[in-house]
Amino acid sequence: MAVTETTEAFVGTSVKRKEDAALLRGQTTFVDNLTLPGTVFMALVRSPYPHARITRVNVEAARKAEGVVAAFSGAELVEEWKGGLPCAWPVTEDIKTPAHFPLVVEEARYQGDGVAVVIAESRALAKDAAELIEVEYEPLPSVADVEKALEDGAPLVHSELGTNECYVWKLETDDVQAAIDAADVVVTRRYFQPRLIPNAIEPRGVLAQVGPTDEVTLWSATQVPHILRFALQLVLGIPESKIRVIAPDVGGGFGSKLNVYAEEALAVALAKRLGRPVKWTEERAENYVATIHGRDVVHELTFAATKDGTITAVKSDAKCAMGAYLQLVTPGIPLLGAWLYSGPYAIPNYSVTFPGVFTNTTPTDAYRGAGRPEATYVLERTIDALAAELDIDRVELRRKNFVSEFPYTMSSGLTIDSGDYHGSLDRLLELLDLDAIQADQAERRARGDAKQVGVGFSTYNEMCGLAPSRILGAIRYAVGGWDAATIRFQPLGSVQVVTGTSPHGQSHETTWAQIVADQLGVDVDDVEVLHGDTAVSQQGMDTYGSRSLAVGGIALYHASQKVIAKARRIVAHQLEVAEDDLEFADGAFSVRGSPDRSMGIAAVAFQAHAAHNLPDGMEPGLEETAVYDPPNFSWPGGAHAAVVEVDTETGDTRLIRYVAVDDVGSPVNPQIIDGQVHGGITQGIAAALYEEGAYDEEGNLLTTTMTTYLVPSAAELPSYETDRVETRADNPLGVKGVGETGTIAAAPAVINAVVDALSHLGVTDVQMPATPERVWRAIEEVRS
Amino acid sequence: MRHIALTVNGTRRELALEPRELLVYVLRERLGLIGTTVGCDTSSCGACTVLLNGEAVKSCTMLGVQADEMAITTIEGLATNGELHALQQAFHDHHALQCGYCTPGMVLAAVSLIESGEATDEAAIREGLEGNLCRCTGYHNIVAAVADVAGVS
Repeated sequence: MAVTETTEAFVGTSVKRKEDAALLRGQTTFVDNLTLPGTVFMALVRSPYPHARITRVNVEAARKAEGVVAAFSGAELVEEWKGGLPCAWPVTEDIKTPAHFPLVVEEARYQGDGVAVVIAESRALAKDAAELIEVEYEPLPSVADVEKALEDGAPLVHSELGTNECYVWKLETDDVQAAIDAADVVVTRRYFQPRLIPNAIEPRGVLAQVGPTDEVTLWSATQVPHILRFALQLVLGIPESKIRVIAPDVGGGFGSKLNVYAEEALAVALAKRLGRPVKWTEERAENYVATIHGRDVVHELTFAATKDGTITAVKSDAKCAMGAYLQLVTPGIPLLGAWLYSGPYAIPNYSVTFPGVFTNTTPTDAYRGAGRPEATYVLERTIDALAAELDIDRVELRRKNFVSEFPYTMSSGLTIDSGDYHGSLDRLLELLDLDAIQADQAERRARGDAKQVGVGFSTYNEMCGLAPSRILGAIRYAVGGWDAATIRFQPLGSVQVVTGTSPHGQSHETTWAQIVADQLGVDVDDVEVLHGDTAVSQQGMDTYGSRSLAVGGIALYHASQKVIAKARRIVAHQLEVAEDDLEFADGAFSVRGSPDRSMGIAAVAFQAHAAHNLPDGMEPGLEETAVYDPPNFSWPGGAHAAVVEVDTETGDTRLIRYVAVDDVGSPVNPQIIDGQVHGGITQGIAAALYEEGAYDEEGNLLTTTMTTYLVPSAAELPSYETDRVETRADNPLGVKGVGETGTIAAAPAVINAVVDALSHLGVTDVQMPATPERVWRAIEEVRS
Repeated sequence: MRHIALTVNGTRRELALEPRELLVYVLRERLGLIGTTVGCDTSSCGACTVLLNGEAVKSCTMLGVQADEMAITTIEGLATNGELHALQQAFHDHHALQCGYCTPGMVLAAVSLIESGEATDEAAIREGLEGNLCRCTGYHNIVAAVADVAGVS
């Protein structure tokens, strides 16, 4: 093949995606598309009760059913588990971590807790047989509400712990109370952010194969093949060196596949026991109870300020639902927001306190934004409340408090490397035409129209790109935050890139190729990106928390530099010049002052493999690995605005415009960035207007399918207006994370807009999601 | 078992089916056409959309035996001689897919929408795709791709 050395710069251009060719033709490797010879199918029996003692499990009828290979109660599999499903983030020393095994034995603690399992020759027969498993339950008192769970006498989710309080976490600067006492104005607001169900359109799925000496291959719809690999050792006792985890095509995750789930361990354990490949595909109704949820947080947020609008203190008191057990990073999710209660503002006094709380509900964990939407929502809602209290324009109040010089060390202790909050807001206002919106609003109000308009703002920043390993260690995260990249020239000059990140829609095959192609001066089509298979990508920390580009992307850069350095030694040796006399540009080394003496990097790759004439002691081949541990988090930021139309007679609320200006650092692929922003915004809008995972008081999930939980369609949404402001991050590519910005920014912008539309009526808050009923009730409350 | 015959992507197929087999599983598991995906149990998400006698149908809402003597197009049958259908190409050009799981259903729903003449403006496209959920793209680029092929703005 001909390898093209190119002067073209790919970074910064919208290279069309390499991923699309297969996806558009339906030639996909989603786990449910995969079956091995002899595969048997797994179905679970789950507790229909939020809390119940299990007095009897009888699997005999299921065992005798047509096509059934095996059936087990939880008690019959206890010996399989060398450890529980791991929680990797015990956020305090005295955190209470309840035992959590793939199947329960004596007590089910949420609706969906696995009780028994059956394996059969087909998916349908497994499901038929699951219905024959008899379980006798003795219902126990239960609690679903995060505040009620902390009340005296509340039913205990884990009676052996003696409390529903999992931990209490606190971060406080010295003089917060003094600042509040001394303030001209103190504003306190209370908010509830309900549960969100992630709803990746591909449900979870696993296919496990185990050889005679425990050689495990697990295909899983996961974001975290590497984390899953070591978790499987902890749960099953099989050494990681024998475990291969493959994340094939994965149909979205949004945090819900950043986990280690019961079904993954069960499938491996049963494949080992039965000597046959075991497959399980989650149904949507199962997904709603058996895959993690997000949010479910009550907040009280206090601002102290001077009369002129200088915010002097922020104090957050929250209660954060854990659900019934601690999944992989359940307790740590609120910590990801714990440094963001000052957002893009310079606030000298800072206090954050929250307990994690057990309830008889599906465990919570990372859902897009993870902790940061929660903090940003209460911050941006309360900024508007403070502006109203002070009678200062809400845009000006934001400007007045913006951080404007970088790097900036926040009172909470972390340092923001870069940003341009004023510039983002300036650009937003240019795009928005606020005067026209406000004129329209004034006219409608004057006419007393039923349909009113409102505009809401959200100026935000976020910390992502997880993360410096030392900081993670300091906040008790169990593992590191580095990532790895290998760049391998094949003898004829094509390039393989092995990344430790694990994409599931984020376009790493394209953008990673762009980065490497530019660094090495080769064509983007000559770079192949390999990922998502621990046998291929031996080390990595996977994809979550907007970390892939800001960490894994920088690892690519460093691996490229190492490749170039080795190639330079080879060229210097063969051309008999000093390394310093060589310059590398556009894919070729040339001797300074003698540009006709040059060698293309593909030719160097061949020389490296032929090894006929290498410097003494140099190993053949042209392949380098870099492991990059970032020195800081990544700090995107920006300014968003939503415009809504609210029917004051019915409460029906329509989003009519959404404008987003984001600073995600130096762009690698603008079209892909826009796609991430669109998707992120949509999940924030969905939280603001449509989605709520609702439980009754006992913990029965009321929104059990997509018919009762409203994932918005195209019909609910407008097209978006997006733009960027660019400040370089403090890393060699200047890049920042982008996957979560929209979700973090959007919900407060939308609710601020709804409140703005109704402010002339006296409405000051609408509980999210702002459904027609909630909006109508908010109006009726102030009218009566 | 019931014997049926149907035409899938231009090829006539004869099958013996259990009456309870949903069309989507007939396509995926009997015929190996795994491009059609399953996203929900409630006919809400549209991932399983195929063309049945030219019209978009959620293949989880009907039984395989109901497709007797009908013509079905799945995503595997949309390209012609290796050339992507105009909508597949537009999805690529506009970055209208990310994870790709909803894409086959979304593309086929859009084919049906355009061929029915209902894709007359952005609002009509958005209404017309209401039955197909995408969690990645926020629909912005999907709508742009469909509008491009439909020749509307």
